[in-house]
Amino acid sequence: MQIYLPIAEMPVSVLLILGMGAAVGFISGLFGIGGGFLMTPLLIFLGIPPAVAVATQSAQIVASSTTSVLGALRRNALDHKLGAILVAGGLVGSALGVWFFAAARRAGQLDLVIVISYVTLFTIVGSLMLKESIREFWSRRKGGAVRLRRRAGEHAPYLGWPLRMRFYRSKLYVSIIPIVGLSLFIGFAGALLGIGGGFIVVPALLYVFRVPTNVVVGTSQFQIVCTTLVALILHAVTNQAVDMVLAILLIVGGVFGAQFGARMGRHLRAELFRFLLAILLLAVGLRFGLELVLKPDEPFSISTQETRT
Amino acid sequence: MRIVGALLILVGTMVGARAETLITSLSNHRVLINSNYTGTQIAVFGAIERDAQTVARATSYDIVVTVRGPRQFLTVREKERLGPVWINQDQQKFPTAPAYLNVLSSRPIEEITSDQLRQRQKVGLSAIINSGDLTLKRDGADQPFRDALYRLKAQEGLYLEDERGVTFLTPEIFRASVALPATAPPGNYDVDVTLFADTVILARTQTHFELVKTGFEEQVGVIARDWSLAYGLSTAAIALLFGWLASTIFRRD
Repeated sequence: MQIYLPIAEMPVSVLLILGMGAAVGFISGLFGIGGGFLMTPLLIFLGIPPAVAVATQSAQIVASSTTSVLGALRRNALDHKLGAILVAGGLVGSALGVWFFAAARRAGQLDLVIVISYVTLFTIVGSLMLKESIREFWSRRKGGAVRLRRRAGEHAPYLGWPLRMRFYRSKLYVSIIPIVGLSLFIGFAGALLGIGGGFIVVPALLYVFRVPTNVVVGTSQFQIVCTTLVALILHAVTNQAVDMVLAILLIVGGVFGAQFGARMGRHLRAELFRFLLAILLLAVGLRFGLELVLKPDEPFSISTQETRT
Repeated sequence: MRIVGALLILVGTMVGARAETLITSLSNHRVLINSNYTGTQIAVFGAIERDAQTVARATSYDIVVTVRGPRQFLTVREKERLGPVWINQDQQKFPTAPAYLNVLSSRPIEEITSDQLRQRQKVGLSAIINSGDLTLKRDGADQPFRDALYRLKAQEGLYLEDERGVTFLTPEIFRASVALPATAPPGNYDVDVTLFADTVILARTQTHFELVKTGFEEQVGVIARDWSLAYGLSTAAIALLFGWLASTIFRRD
């Protein structure tokens, strides 16, 4: 069954889009990430104009993340205070990212900046997580108690900087300077790469701040809902690139997928969870890396600046 | 002098007598896009009218139909190797490239007319793509970019050529069928019909058709453009509503 998309100005298969929404929603619900870095390339592959793909998939992220946030609220797995700081810093970072985006585009190397950022971010974050989870598997195998996630007095020095704040839900008492720094970085990367930044927030909260896994997902989803809502409205106003029909199809598929993903995520062992997320990030990083290094089949590409009707 | 004058008049009337008129018509001047639009077909009909003075021709007529979609500002970029990575290096801008281009003819276009005439009058797909004013910079090194434009657009089914796309029903009546894929964008489409005989252009007509969104599709487009903030807010509201709905429906804990 085909349906014509009014803003993308092309027909798509309804079942295909629903299926894609469900698949990305599943991964998003499972790992507490937005899934934009998976959905955008898929939509572009279907022939949807890149601007419409980036803008529209943010509506799906809002929907699936809302579901996760509400679920987390019920399970009391959301740290409001931490989430609010992440959101505030994220918005400032986004403004910086939008500025840098325009500068890179003027220099004509936006594609390169984006691909290199993807490769570096995904490879670094992915391999750090992989290393960590393999070590955990190993120590568990050798028998004996698994090392506790946090021991008394075992803090990185920067967590003890001034302006310390207590986050009860996350069992944290740390300086807010590294947290604000993280949120600025996420906003910056998100605006530059068109992603919510969940895949940076999740590992950062897990490894740098040692926040409990269940709180990490809820809090990261909260941050994603807020920043993506702003991004969605900005895209609609500045680029008029949000396709409501496509958005609804993706949302309907996505909310179902996210439900099953979130449910499965709750039964997943913490170290397996981290291992799978690491593999996913590495795979995406590798894919972008290959794109950069391998000789392309078609070295030419067309981009449409405008259509005069 | 009088003889020269008389000769000129004679030549003049002979040229006048050669003129055939071309009458063309489209099956549809306004194609409507609704929610189950998956492309369309437009039929071009035409007749060649000859009056009593028209000279008899030894060769038969040939017709070339050229359909051009809305103009687009395109940039074609080429990836080149820089150290270990492949990045976009050279680029060529095409400020007025047609979004859709279809050339249908009654015979292979090389047989219809000469190379020079094709280049000068932009007859045929290759003549249009290789014409000087298609690119922004005319430094001569743009051939690979023109080739790439054609190759990529042809892959999407947007640049087509059909050497037997025009059929003569009688020696003076012809028809052609123009297939528009669903990815061809809405806008104005120009249909040029050129009549050839013996490698010369005898007559030319130009008609248009319009591809427009209607009903719901049109409304969404208008609202997204003119009421962008309200549109963005309502899309956001829909997303939040669905998210909330899902969390209530699937509530288990």
